[in-house]
Amino acid sequence: MFANFDFDVIRRSLGYLFFDGMTFTLTLTGLGALGGLIFGTLIALMRLSGFRLLGRVAGLYVDLMRSLPLVLVIFWFYFLVPFIGQWLTGSSRPMHVGAFTSSLVTFIMFEAAYFSEIMRAGIQSISKGQPAAAQALGLSYSQTMRYVVLPQAFRNMLPVLLTQTIVLFQDTSLVYVLSIPDFLGAASKVAQRDGRLVEMYLFAALVYFVISCAASFGVRRLQARIAFVH
Amino acid sequence: MIEISHVDKWYGPSFQALRDCTTSVSKGEVVVVCGPSGSGKSTLIKCVNALEPFQSGEIVVDGIRVNDPKTDLPKLRARVGMVFQHFELFPHLKIIENLCLAQQKVLGRSREEAMAKSSGLLDRVGLNDHARKYPAELSGGQQQRVAIARALAMDPIAMLFDEPTSALDPEMISEVLDVMVDLAREGMTMMVVTHEMGFASKVAHRVIFMDKGEIVEDALKEDFFGSPRSDRAQKFLSKILSH
Repeated sequence: MFANFDFDVIRRSLGYLFFDGMTFTLTLTGLGALGGLIFGTLIALMRLSGFRLLGRVAGLYVDLMRSLPLVLVIFWFYFLVPFIGQWLTGSSRPMHVGAFTSSLVTFIMFEAAYFSEIMRAGIQSISKGQPAAAQALGLSYSQTMRYVVLPQAFRNMLPVLLTQTIVLFQDTSLVYVLSIPDFLGAASKVAQRDGRLVEMYLFAALVYFVISCAASFGVRRLQARIAFVH
Repeated sequence: MIEISHVDKWYGPSFQALRDCTTSVSKGEVVVVCGPSGSGKSTLIKCVNALEPFQSGEIVVDGIRVNDPKTDLPKLRARVGMVFQHFELFPHLKIIENLCLAQQKVLGRSREEAMAKSSGLLDRVGLNDHARKYPAELSGGQQQRVAIARALAMDPIAMLFDEPTSALDPEMISEVLDVMVDLAREGMTMMVVTHEMGFASKVAHRVIFMDKGEIVEDALKEDFFGSPRSDRAQKFLSKILSH
């Protein structure tokens, strides 16, 4: 059945696929998750702050991001960011924003909505006695969050945050709509150039499967370890 | 040192947790607050360091009005130690870091200073060997002794105890009470919510009895245990002392 297939095309393009494509995918995943976590934590703090207006704005943002398809948001940001840049800097022309920057901003903003919900649940899982004890020692609100509440929330939620990052890893392939050669984009380019669609897409699927599965397995082991410590 | 006058507190529009509470604790005095559960005793001492807000009345700690919006609450709280029923050690930090955190971040002590102070206090509560462990590795009694050391590390002018032994297994109660008795004998100003009448009769100067949010009796220890004036206090005492 595989007689007409040329699996050597994979070997020949490995360098391009991994050094260019996978590097881009992993960079986008890593920076997207990090930025999303920081921004998402801020949104979670806004929602829990007790200032009603701040909480509303943050809640609206989360609802908006979660009700739009990711591809649409990627498009939106790609076309909007140059104009927002122009508006912010007051220049006469749309700011030049590369596809990488644009997609990174997109993923940070989009993932922030999901990470914020995870961090919010994490913060709410900390018993009220913890911030009370921190405040009784004289720690300010921001010190209480920074040194007592957020580290515990982060630790409790680490498995969920990592699982969300695995989803993000798969979702980064959507940057193909901006013609960026991430791993899938690179595979697809080779596939079309050499007319080897089945081989390349099979290989791409296998690589995503192996990495995601291995990561999920790692998360499960971590979860078991955290459960053991508690 | 602590002046509480005419404090009222409501939870929501209908439930009044504190009714016109007035009392005071002078420097070096040990005051035990007791009463049936739900009587407002924990709420009252949480009002002293503003962990609980109250709607009317006034509390003054060392000349500073707690309920003044201009009061720097973190600064005030740093000077009043508090020990909680459920210890509330920070589980993600080692014992020694539990003691160092606020010293460094609030008082601005150097790392060396904070470490020296912390080990000294851990020594005092007999737990310096456990400095590098996490709270979950210690027994309840040990955790509560760490919590007392953590409060003392801030060099407080007064200590508040909110039922410090009621979450402990019976065999661990005395190790915590011993630390508190030492503290009282050294002249620490203390306000202690507890049902441990043995502790009260050993070191308290005064006993406050609360019921339904009211201070029903506020008497010298001898008078309280000798002949409580109110029926409610007599009933309460006969219930907890009959065993």
